[in-house]
This record gives sequence, structure tokens and C-alpha cells, in this order.
Amino acid sequence: MSILVGSETRVLVQGITGSAGSFHAAQCMAYGTQVVAGVTPGRGGEKFEAKDIGKSCPVFDTVDQAVRATGADTSVIFVPPPGAADAILEGFDAGLKLVVCITEGIPVMDMIRVRRAIEGRTLQNGEKQRLIGPNCPGIITPGACKIGIMPGHIHKAGNIGVVSKSGTLTYEAVGQLTALGIGQSTCIGIGGDPVAGLDFVDVLELFQRDPDTHGIILIGEIGGGAEERAAEYIKGKVTKPVAAFIAGATAPEGKRMGHAGAIIAGGKGTALEKQRALMDAGAKIAPTPSDMATTLMAMMAKRA
Amino acid sequence: MKIHEYQAKQLFAKYAIPVPKGYLALTVDEAESAAAKLVAETGSNVVVVKAQVHAGGRGKGGGVKVAKGGAAEAKELAGKILGMQLVTHQTGPEGQKVRRLYIEQGLGIERELYLGAVVDRDRRRIAFMVSTEGGVEIEKVAAETPEKIMTVHVDPTVGLAGYQARKLAYGLGLEKHGKPTVAKFVTLVTKLYDLFVKEDCSLCEVNPLIVTKDGDVVALDGKINFDDNAEFRHKEWESMRDADEEDPVELEAKAAGLSYVSLDGNVGCLVNGAGLAMATMDIIKAFGDKVGVAPANFLDVGGGANKEQVTKAFSMILKSPHVKAIFVNIFGGIMKCDVIAEGVVAATREMGLKVPLVVRLEGTNVELGRKILADSGLAITAATTMADGASKIVAAVSGTA
Repeated sequence: MSILVGSETRVLVQGITGSAGSFHAAQCMAYGTQVVAGVTPGRGGEKFEAKDIGKSCPVFDTVDQAVRATGADTSVIFVPPPGAADAILEGFDAGLKLVVCITEGIPVMDMIRVRRAIEGRTLQNGEKQRLIGPNCPGIITPGACKIGIMPGHIHKAGNIGVVSKSGTLTYEAVGQLTALGIGQSTCIGIGGDPVAGLDFVDVLELFQRDPDTHGIILIGEIGGGAEERAAEYIKGKVTKPVAAFIAGATAPEGKRMGHAGAIIAGGKGTALEKQRALMDAGAKIAPTPSDMATTLMAMMAKRA
Repeated sequence: MKIHEYQAKQLFAKYAIPVPKGYLALTVDEAESAAAKLVAETGSNVVVVKAQVHAGGRGKGGGVKVAKGGAAEAKELAGKILGMQLVTHQTGPEGQKVRRLYIEQGLGIERELYLGAVVDRDRRRIAFMVSTEGGVEIEKVAAETPEKIMTVHVDPTVGLAGYQARKLAYGLGLEKHGKPTVAKFVTLVTKLYDLFVKEDCSLCEVNPLIVTKDGDVVALDGKINFDDNAEFRHKEWESMRDADEEDPVELEAKAAGLSYVSLDGNVGCLVNGAGLAMATMDIIKAFGDKVGVAPANFLDVGGGANKEQVTKAFSMILKSPHVKAIFVNIFGGIMKCDVIAEGVVAATREMGLKVPLVVRLEGTNVELGRKILADSGLAITAATTMADGASKIVAAVSGTA
């Protein structure tokens, strides 16, 4: 029914004693996610309690200790920017299969080093180790597992995969789907930083392989070439319908639009180029951000 | 964050990258004495007067002049450049006022080259680029004669390798100027990599990098942008910031924890999330383009939109005289719609908002939020979807225009 995470996923929270970490750890627990451990150096031996819902988990000094004691296989990071790159590496070295980094504002130089260090890493059983983010809302398989800061209640279990560089625009797409009564298999925010973990192609590959994902919404934005690479991949490898929206058609050149990576530089990375590439690949472009769900539904109705 | 050429060259000097001698001048008299000092130090009457603004293309715009007659001529040129509205392809038609000058020694140029370093996001590495077309915009070279650009990508675990630096040197044909010139270039580019990493740059450009008549390699120009995310470990950046070169509204927004970019339309936008904020601009344009309705700004209030932030955001939006209406578009996640609605109502009352206000709320506690807006007695138009909001804001503006 999903990719990467499900009801069996065992999650640890890096930075669980901070304000964002503790709030969202409790929110994920309340959604039903198995949050089995927290990590904050210097706070090992304490207990994290989400009092409102009567759930708790132990806190460890290191990710390695937490993994050994609890069998956690996935982590979510709420560590502030100065320590976030280190936290990602700690998660990989402890043998986690998935690390989700929510932190916004990590220096690009840190992410260049991290990406190099985790490139091609696999677990002993050959399974790929993966990073989602940073600067993203996280990943959710509706009804089973929420790892991140997205509002759980707008989601509905079903068969549409959503992948996006933007947080609230992902909620917008999910809200549109759910309002039409259409559920989602898994929704992933890959973040808007120039150097990050999974990109569109990695997620498209997973959605294409997942028998329970029947259609895909892809939400890109100006800057970089990830949408063009996604288009290339869709052309050759994706048989499922893909509806796309590219934010920033009206953005001026040379101005960073919130996200560190959302900038048109030297005439490159415009919304128009990305839309053209995706259309050429057979994806349909939602004419406005209000039409993401209906655009995909029209494609699926036509194929049925 | 951008800095001036003279600041970039101070950093170059710190890393022992050769730069011409030069002095900052804030007045015409300072320019004259700087020029006199250079003449005395170098024994040459040739000095260059360079406008210091953050935009590129200064030479073409008339912001860089060579004085061959020493201090007196430099003073005369400084009088013309200081205070002028310098218009380049990067400033927009209104130009940028010149408030600082850099007075520099003139050098005998044998060749002009291009050297640049950027973060190549697609390759996830720092890329070093060189071209024999020095002094020309690299975008132009890339578009017209891409074969003239040579690039190497640096493995962060290794650093810029010697062979990569040599590849660039021989690619530029520097052996023609003698073996020492090749060695000097290799040292320079290695130091530039060091600078790029340690100073957390997002871009370093030396255009032109020159080979002098003596076979030396010198950074004749310098452009550095810093990675804003690394500000926490560079306290020294604050003193390098030149507020005159930045949009005052954008600076104010940054101080308030908001992300804001001025545009030239007539609908103020207040949105949570960067992607949704861009999408909101897009849908206003899509619905309003034919009747002259367009977004006046990009504004991401981030995760929190309380009364103080909404008030701050409204006051910034209203600083633009062109704003005829405001569109609030919030998808409440963790942030609850009722809290946002209360913030919008309180801010509207406090400011006595005169322009039409369209508010679209969706997400957590949306019913409660819509009720607060409806019960407020204020002239707030509620919208259900982004499309609904966009059509209402377009109607509001074209109706009042």
C-alpha cells in the first residue's frame, strides 16, 4: 500500500527534547506512528512522555545506542542547523535504512559533504540507505505512519503518490485529493534545498514499482534541474499517469523565493522550461495550483 | 548575501590570492588622496576608479574609468561616478546609486581570462569554471560558445586536486606565458577553493583574471556571494553587509523572520510556505493577467502566523503604493486556522485596513477559522479554494481600479 514507510516502521527522533522535536514526536505518536526512541546527547536515560495521549519512549545519548536497544530502523531529525549534518551522518552510521531531516537552514557546504559521505551506502542485506530532505515536511503513508510535520488528518489512505519540493503546496494537493474522496499511497516532501537526499527520480522509481500506487502528483518549483531529470525518467520508465505543477512561473530572475534552491539564475531553471520538459515526457501540467487533483483524475479517467 | 568587489578582494588578500593595490573611497577627496597614494607606491600614473555596487556589468554602465593622469584625473572621474545612478543589466532601469568607490592601481594586461566557482546543485559539488573569454559575462559565453568553458567538479573529501588545477591551467593555455605562470595559477585556484569552503560561499567569480605583462596572475575583479544558511558561523558577515544595496522592505522582513520579495504588481500576498507563496503569485497572474492584476510581492510567513506577524506582514505589504488589495492564503497544518483568523481580524482592526481583503483558509480547524472571519463584522471576503480566492481578488482589484 505504500513506499518506504508503513505500520511496521520503527522510528527514532533525533533532537526529541527540543521544542520542535518534542511537539512533533508527540504528534507522530498520536497519529499512530511507532516512535520507539529519542536521541539527545547528554539526555540519555530520560523518558520522553506525550502525556495527552499516554505514550512514551526512552531517550538515548547516541543513535547507535537507541538502535541497539529498540530496533529502530528509521529516524527523523529536528536538530538545529549547526548540528544537523552531523545528525544525518550519525543516523547512517547507526545502520538506519531511512533518515528524514526536517531541519531548515543547513549550510550547503555541509550538505555537499554529507551527500558525498552517504553516496551509495547500503545496509548489510544490500538494502539502500536513504535520506529525505533536509528542509522538508517529511513522509506519510496515510493511516499507517506519519514521519514529519504534516497535518495527518487531511490525508486519506489510497492509491495516489505525491512527491513535492514544497511543504504547504503538498498539503494543498493532498487536500484537493481528499476533498474528491481520493486517497494517497505515500506522500513525500523532498525539500527545496539545492543539495538534498532523495530527488524526484528516486521517488518516481519507487512509485512506479509500488503496485498500490496508481497515479502520481509531482510538485516542482523554479531552480535547478531536478524537474528536467524527472521528465527524462518519466519519458523512459514511468507508465503510471503523472500530473505536475511547477511553482514560480511569475518569479523574477535572480531572486531567491524562500527556499534556498528556488532561484532562476542566468535564465536557467524557469517554470516554463520545466513545464515543457514534463509535457514532452507525457505528464500533464495543472493549469493552476487549484487543479492538481482534477488534472490527475482526468488523466486516470481517460486511461480507464 | 552579496558583498562589494573591494570586500571580496580583502578576502582574496587574506588567502594570499594576488590582487592589485587599492583603497576604498567614500568621497571625491578620499578618491584623490587614494590615487595619490597609489601613484607614490607604484610609480605609475595609471589608476582605476571603480564604482562599488552589488550589480554586475559596471564597466559597460560607465561605472569603471581609467585615469592615466594620476590623482587629479582620478579626482575628476570620481566626481562623475560618485552619486551617479549606475544602470547595468542587473540593476533594472532605475539603476543603483553609487555611494562607494574603489581606487586601484592600473596593471599592464597581457590576457584576460574568466575564473568562477559555484555550487553545482545537479552534480552536488563545487564546480570550477574557466574560460579564455575574460571580461565577458559567463552566461553569454555559455550560451554562444560553450566549448570555450572548461569545468572541473571537486570531490569534497579530497579538495581541489593538483591535476584538476593543472587541467584548468593548460586548458587556458597558460604554458604560453612560461612555467611559472602555470604554477602561479595552480596556487591561486587552490587558494580560491580553500576560501570558497572556509568562508561558506555560494559563488566566487574572478572576471577578469589577468595575466600581466610580467607573467603574473592577478584577480582584477572579484565577486563573492555567501550562503545565507551559514550566517550562524560567520559573525563577521554582519559588518560586511551594505544595507544601501538591499531592498529596505526585504531587510525589514528578514529581521521579522519573514521571507519577502518585492514585485511590481498590485495584489499584496500573505501566504504560509515558500511553494504555496509562489503558487499564489502564479494563480493571481493566471486569473488577472488580462485585466492588469498581478502579485505585488512574495511573502512566506513560515510556520507561525500570529497577530504580530500578520500585522507586520500587512504593514510591509502596504508600503508599496501600488497595492490595491491583499490576498491571504493559508493552508493550516500545525498552525491552526482559528489562530490565524484571529490574527488576521486583530491586525485588520488595529491597522484600519482600507484595501479589500480576501482570505482563503484551509486545513486544521478551518470551520472555526471561517466563522471568526464571518463574525468579525469586517469587510473580509472569505474564499474556499485558491481558484475561488484568486477570482475574488481579481474582481476586487479590477472593480476598484
